Amino acid sequence: MSTRYFGAPIPRNEDRRLLSGQALFVDDVELPGLLHAAFLRSSIAHARIRRIDVTTARKRAGVVAIYTAADLGDYWRPGPLLVPPPPIAGLMFNQRTQVPLAKDKIRHVGEPLAIVLAENRYLAEDALADIEVEVEPLPAVVDLENALSESAARVHGDVAGNIAARAHQRKGDYAAAAAKADHVIRRRFRYDRGASNPIETRGIVASWDARAGHLTVWDTTQAPVFLRNGLAGMLGLSERQVRVIAPFVGGAFGPKIMLFYPEEVVLPWVAIKLNRPVKWIEDRLEHFFATTQERGQIHDAEMALTRDGKILGVKDTFLHDTGAYDPYGLTVPINSQCTLLGPYVVPNYESSFTAVFTNKPAVTPYRGAGRQHGVFVIERLLDIAARELGIDRAEIRRRNFIPPEAFPYNNEIIYQDFAPLEYDSGNYGPVLDKALDMLGYERFVTEEQRRLRAEGRHVGVGIVCYVEGTGIGPYEGAKIQVQANGKVSLVTGIGTQGQGHYTSFAQIVADRLGVDVRDVDVVTGDTDQFYWGAGTFASRGAVVAGNAVNAAATVVREKILRLAAEHFECAEEDLVLADGAVAIAGVPGKSIRLGELALKANPMRGAVRPGTEPGLEATQYFGPPRGATANGVHAMIVELDPDTFVLTINKYVVVHDCGTVINPLILAGQVHGGVAQGIGNAFYEQLVFDDQAQLLNASLADYLLPTALDVPRVELGHTVTPSPLNPLGIKGAGEAGAIPVGPLFAQAIEDALGLPAQGVELLEIPLSPNRLWELVMKGR
Amino acid sequence: MDTERCTVVVSVNGVRYEREVEPRLLLSDFIRHELRLAGTHVGCEHGVCGACTVLFDAEPVRSCLMFAAQANGHEIMTVEGLAPAADRLHPLQEAMHAAHGLQCGYCTPGILMTLVAFLKDNPRPDEAQIRAAISGNLCRCTGYQHIVDAVMRSVA
Ligand code: FES
Ligand code: FES
Repeated sequence: MSTRYFGAPIPRNEDRRLLSGQALFVDDVELPGLLHAAFLRSSIAHARIRRIDVTTARKRAGVVAIYTAADLGDYWRPGPLLVPPPPIAGLMFNQRTQVPLAKDKIRHVGEPLAIVLAENRYLAEDALADIEVEVEPLPAVVDLENALSESAARVHGDVAGNIAARAHQRKGDYAAAAAKADHVIRRRFRYDRGASNPIETRGIVASWDARAGHLTVWDTTQAPVFLRNGLAGMLGLSERQVRVIAPFVGGAFGPKIMLFYPEEVVLPWVAIKLNRPVKWIEDRLEHFFATTQERGQIHDAEMALTRDGKILGVKDTFLHDTGAYDPYGLTVPINSQCTLLGPYVVPNYESSFTAVFTNKPAVTPYRGAGRQHGVFVIERLLDIAARELGIDRAEIRRRNFIPPEAFPYNNEIIYQDFAPLEYDSGNYGPVLDKALDMLGYERFVTEEQRRLRAEGRHVGVGIVCYVEGTGIGPYEGAKIQVQANGKVSLVTGIGTQGQGHYTSFAQIVADRLGVDVRDVDVVTGDTDQFYWGAGTFASRGAVVAGNAVNAAATVVREKILRLAAEHFECAEEDLVLADGAVAIAGVPGKSIRLGELALKANPMRGAVRPGTEPGLEATQYFGPPRGATANGVHAMIVELDPDTFVLTINKYVVVHDCGTVINPLILAGQVHGGVAQGIGNAFYEQLVFDDQAQLLNASLADYLLPTALDVPRVELGHTVTPSPLNPLGIKGAGEAGAIPVGPLFAQAIEDALGLPAQGVELLEIPLSPNRLWELVMKGR
Repeated sequence: MDTERCTVVVSVNGVRYEREVEPRLLLSDFIRHELRLAGTHVGCEHGVCGACTVLFDAEPVRSCLMFAAQANGHEIMTVEGLAPAADRLHPLQEAMHAAHGLQCGYCTPGILMTLVAFLKDNPRPDEAQIRAAISGNLCRCTGYQHIVDAVMRSVA
């Protein structure tokens, strides 16, 4: 097979539509008779509902209907558990999932109480003010540690101590290892909450065709197939009666995989009940309350080492804030627990966590999905160890790397995909070497930093390593068909939110079938076109769907060759596929266009041989045995203003190994975007809740997303260690940019300001100029 | 219902439109839902993200911070009006494509409109100027680097 496209930096097929304003996003859907929804949301975090009176609101002109939980009848029920807890011995889990509209109790600010349907959004919002709500406020559960106390209020009345889950995993014997250690380090680490804030918020349009008995839902979801199946079940329809379309989606980053959001449950029901199409578009204020968030952990961790910096073991006990509900099971804390082990040999590990209910929006995965916290803990422990043992920070990491000959490397604990945490492949040393080299580490620490410091400048360096579990199962599928016009159609069940699937998947097909990459027409996220698969999450699109695409393209190629060989009465080996045609090699004039061959594969009259399938078409599925483990190193040089603590990044390097690369341009974009989100998380973004669980900064003016002035140019390097777990050798890359930025900032800032010498350690994320000032003042 | 209405006569991408609207209707909603020019996006409705940027008498403005009524008698250009012909893109659009300056593409129309106006006044900007020019446009996907590259490519 020629590989003209695979591995090449091809600009994207989808760009033209997006650049000219022709791409369809959910809010662009306009239908005759469209109604607009607005939700009345709770302004308090924790309360018992006494009364909701909508009589006045209903009378307002332009209002068509208003519903509360009471109106939903039997349709009202808590959402499904999306990810059951993995089979970890002794695990305890209290399932409490979100409800469509709050009925008896309110559990976080922004929880929906009623839906207003009106002729336009302005009128619907007007009517919200007319709804009378009487509640009995309850004390809010905010702080993780207080939540566990006997006297704390209960988010769920029947859950004592607000404990959502407890899990314990271990390998080896930490206590024995620590007893023999030369050095043990103990610290407490905090990682606070942030919000994904895609520039497009969530949105839904639902339309019911009563004559056809058919529901169409446009949704900003990352999991259209699962949404369709779930909606059909809830509404008592068969799957065929429901079509979910995830059109162009304006960024997702995890929270758009969550389902069922209350709005997703209520809108289709309303569309059927009123027999009118309905639209709801989340506004930015709602996004801060109504879309799930992530992070919020407190770790008490310790590391036992030998005098020369070899890790003997790690023990970690942490609290995880799951918010008011836990529909996503334990994916986030288990990712934290597993990713903490990083690229290192940790012979003895003991980790337990308690997931805690609080009166804050539910926590589900957001880019990184808990991996950040684990990376933060191990990387900070290594920084402290390096300092206390007098070892260079890069050197201590290198000494602990899993050696290349040790793969596959089994970490002996259970990962989020229910499989043992086993790294498929990796070669960590060269990644670190390359990063140090690109950063100019040696020269910086031995010369430049000294010189600049002598000039009174506060410059520092950071280097962190990480692994990223990617490309988990269960499976994805793809259907490929050669069209009569010679174009190739490719459909898959995953949704796409900017990852370039229209191009990377097309590259795979174009090479297999010998067509121009622009002639591969990709459709994703429309369940009428393809209705199997799990969705876009865990950096798995390229790995899992990509390999399904490859498998389907391989079968179509075989069909093309077989049919063309019959047509020309030649051997398949004599044929070549190129330029959208099949030809006999070296025989001029013996060539047939693929479109023409597709027509021959679908005869209108005559007989076919038994077993013949029509068309040049194939559907194939791929499911990896377990996830593929990517890895990388981030390194940077920063300068801080010692008075204002304003930070400037002078150099930022990422070296990354995600196996075989389909499209380096798209990969670079994924890493850049991840780094930007990581920087936001590390230094700009923090959801600030007060002691009543009121969010104090719910706007983009107060919750600071990094701008073009805050994100530096990223210098990118690659190494390639293919994954043995899939035929294309791919590992995922979607989250790599975001994962290790927190510890990188902490390390580099400590270095720049010489904080350890002042008795100050940075053991929390996010940091900010304000927070640095507080910490430094406390140290003085 | 208070049904006070006002007339808006506006030229958008060279086409004249006349509509009766509520005085409180935002210009962004007017463009998107009345005129059905949905290429202009809305990300925050409080003037921070820049996704809704259009050219208003050739100056970039945030259409979520204006009322449709204020556009009466003015000229607007949206992303739909950028390309010189149906089968051709504006050089900046071409450069964004070549440099992979967009991922989800949701911020892109606002960034294009901001930059078109900026480049008219600054035909040879350096990287720092480009970054400052788009610092009022939030992009959550790209980390901005490829957008900056695209602009440099378009002016090279
Ligand atoms: S939508 Fe207008 S600035 Fe964000
Ligand atoms: S490309 Fe997605 S927000 Fe900019």
